Amino acid sequence: MIAELGHYFLVLALGLTVIQAIFPMIGAARGSDRMMMLGQPAAYGQFFFSLLAFLALTYSYLISDFSVSVVARNSHSLKPLLYKISGVWGNHEGSLLFWVMFLALFGAMVAYFGKGLPKSLRARVLSVQAMVGIGFYLFMLLTSNPFDRLSDVPFEGNGLNPLLQDPGLVFHPPFLYLGYVGLSVVFSFAIAALIEGRVDPAWARWVRPWTLLAWVFLTIGIVLGSWWAYYELGWGGWWAWDPVENASFMPWLVATALLHSAIVVEKRDTLKSWTILLAIIAFSFSLLGTFIVRSGIITSVHAFATDPERGLYILVFLALVIGGSFLLFAIRSDKLQAGGLFAPISRESGLMINNLFLSVAAAVVLYGTMHPLLSDAFFGVKSSVGPPFFNLVFSLLMIPLVVTMVYGPHLKWKRADIKGVNQRLMAVTGIALLAGLMTFYVTYGGAIMPAIWIGIGVWLLLSSLQELASRIKLFQAPFKDSMSRLRRQPRSSWGMTLGHFGFAVGLLGIVGTSAWTIEAQKVMGLGEDMTIGDYRLTLKDVIPVAGPNYTAVRGIISVSPKNGAENGEIFIAYPETRTYVSSPITTTEGDVKTTMAGDLFIVIGESQGQGRWGIRAYYKPMQVWFWIGTIIVVLGGLISLSDRRYRIGSPQGQKASRKMKHAP
Amino acid sequence: MTKVGLKAGARKKRRLYFLLTSITVLGLAVLLVLSALEDSIRLFYDPTEIVEKNIGPGQDFRLGGLVEEESFESRETAGILINHFTVTDGNESVAVTYEGLLPDLFREGQGIVAEGSMNEDGIFVASEVFAKHDETYMPKEVIDSLKKRGEWQRRTAETQQKDNAL
Repeated sequence: MIAELGHYFLVLALGLTVIQAIFPMIGAARGSDRMMMLGQPAAYGQFFFSLLAFLALTYSYLISDFSVSVVARNSHSLKPLLYKISGVWGNHEGSLLFWVMFLALFGAMVAYFGKGLPKSLRARVLSVQAMVGIGFYLFMLLTSNPFDRLSDVPFEGNGLNPLLQDPGLVFHPPFLYLGYVGLSVVFSFAIAALIEGRVDPAWARWVRPWTLLAWVFLTIGIVLGSWWAYYELGWGGWWAWDPVENASFMPWLVATALLHSAIVVEKRDTLKSWTILLAIIAFSFSLLGTFIVRSGIITSVHAFATDPERGLYILVFLALVIGGSFLLFAIRSDKLQAGGLFAPISRESGLMINNLFLSVAAAVVLYGTMHPLLSDAFFGVKSSVGPPFFNLVFSLLMIPLVVTMVYGPHLKWKRADIKGVNQRLMAVTGIALLAGLMTFYVTYGGAIMPAIWIGIGVWLLLSSLQELASRIKLFQAPFKDSMSRLRRQPRSSWGMTLGHFGFAVGLLGIVGTSAWTIEAQKVMGLGEDMTIGDYRLTLKDVIPVAGPNYTAVRGIISVSPKNGAENGEIFIAYPETRTYVSSPITTTEGDVKTTMAGDLFIVIGESQGQGRWGIRAYYKPMQVWFWIGTIIVVLGGLISLSDRRYRIGSPQGQKASRKMKHAP
Repeated sequence: MTKVGLKAGARKKRRLYFLLTSITVLGLAVLLVLSALEDSIRLFYDPTEIVEKNIGPGQDFRLGGLVEEESFESRETAGILINHFTVTDGNESVAVTYEGLLPDLFREGQGIVAEGSMNEDGIFVASEVFAKHDETYMPKEVIDSLKKRGEWQRRTAETQQKDNAL
């Protein structure tokens, strides 16, 4: 009964979405207030019913109603509560429902907080948001109904893949989706602006917080995913350039570019059409990420053949949204008036170069991801493009980007003096060079790229601190003055400093862990030992353990210094291999000892018979720097988001906008 | 020239600069991509293709198929595991050797993808074995290959017969 209600709510929500799509748009064209005003109640209603539908599906999971097909396929009555709930969005149908519910929520938020927006702009934004929504509702109702019933009700569910039963993965998809859906708002604003034929700083002030919000969500989602891969999959890696990962990374790259170009629109009233274009591309990547990954099309063209209905719908929908908005852009973008001029060496140019490299990077990832699909479709050649490709191309493409990150924040708007900046950065540049040379010396005989990258990372790290120092006139003014300047820094500039600083910290982590990881493995009996790096691992014991829905084998491994005293035990590691009741597969729970210098990652494999066990260990230098860096970056994003200028719905009268113009 | 005309001229110039920079960067990126692709692209073959195309030593590629039942054998020397097994697509099969611990999902009868190259004796020496973390526990390439070789249809029919017998 509840499932039927859910289905019914979904249809009701679709009805309201159609109203929200049609009337405000017509109203805005005709200047009819009454029709435009229909957008708000429709948006609230749509959210209300999509939320009810979502709750109905969640309820079906909670009571383990296996007559509902999705529940039967993805849940199990013995599953812990948390994973019953996360099962709701852990599959194709449920994730679509989740998506559309947040699409509706964000639409409702625009309706509620958008009172300060020009009426016609708000109406058009709501309408575009609803048009995207219609596509999702129809896709669900026609091809992927989450409320489909089974005629043969199974006694027990299939269970969720045990690998997915991990707290990191409970929150990874929702954050990713929130990021994707957040970009839909930016997209709606872009399309609405194209229809209006007007982009001004006020428009950018709306777009920036939404971009920032979406970007923060995306960042968190991606990092949680790699965190899960690192701790759960037990191969000691956190990024493999898998199509699924790339699908979330591409919108991130474009959203990062958008985040920066929106600043130029807001502060300098220029780069407008480029920003609009980025908004369209960012959302296109979101759609690509949502559909293509879930439907498995990117791994194989044949996925179309196995489910032609879905494949065809997705193709048509993508073509309509992406093609339609590009067409609109082509027709209307010249209506947008170009704004202020700037010199080749200026903050604007720095941001443009940043945009250029981020976009090229996104294009490279897109090509690498699509290459196997294209070569299969056109030449019938099956192939894969692996991490070496991406690593090489990325490590070269990112160099100019990071150099721009070093210089950009020091450059003035309109026209900047590069000599002055060079002088100011002299000490920082010197230290960075030294760091690079020292790395080269210490790792002599190894690859040269990591040394270059360590130098660049240190350069960015210090230059972002130096930029903050020069802004508060540290050591140039009395210390007390500097401190009061520090307190008066707007939150958005804290966002920039933390964002760039955190990026540098994370970058150093990436360099360390990808350049100098060591791996060792050995089959051992009790009492035997192996060495990895500076550590000696001794297998003390292996014991069976029982969990709520699994049984496990737990190793007790004593870790001591390789050359230290006999009893110099540093710690004991307890890695596990789990076998789940409901599923025929096992998972490894590695034990990780983290220090700032590096992670020691220990995994126990399956029994090799005769009381012997396979033990794998990794030493990953500076791994934790990556996690810390991402936390700082996210923090920077959140602080910037709390800047009072962006407080959604805050009055933006004359005073506010005048202040804006004079802001540095 | 009027002030507006001056501004428009400067704007055109700026646009030109930006276009030139973009084209240069894009061109360099394309070159980079092409040269990187050449080294890191891995072709995928199933056992039948290896026989048909007579793949010899010296070429890294990915092999995919099912681990043949009762073909798996592993031997440990001084803590190092050496594994031998056969990968089949129902039509042809290829002997594989791999040194090291296999992934947890590795089982006889299961689909795998391995990267490596052929040695002089026609044995595939794997440098890496992937067992996919997939809901169906079967890599897509392997499914396609099995369908092409008719093995998939045979297995489906077999399962159905078993179901009917029950």
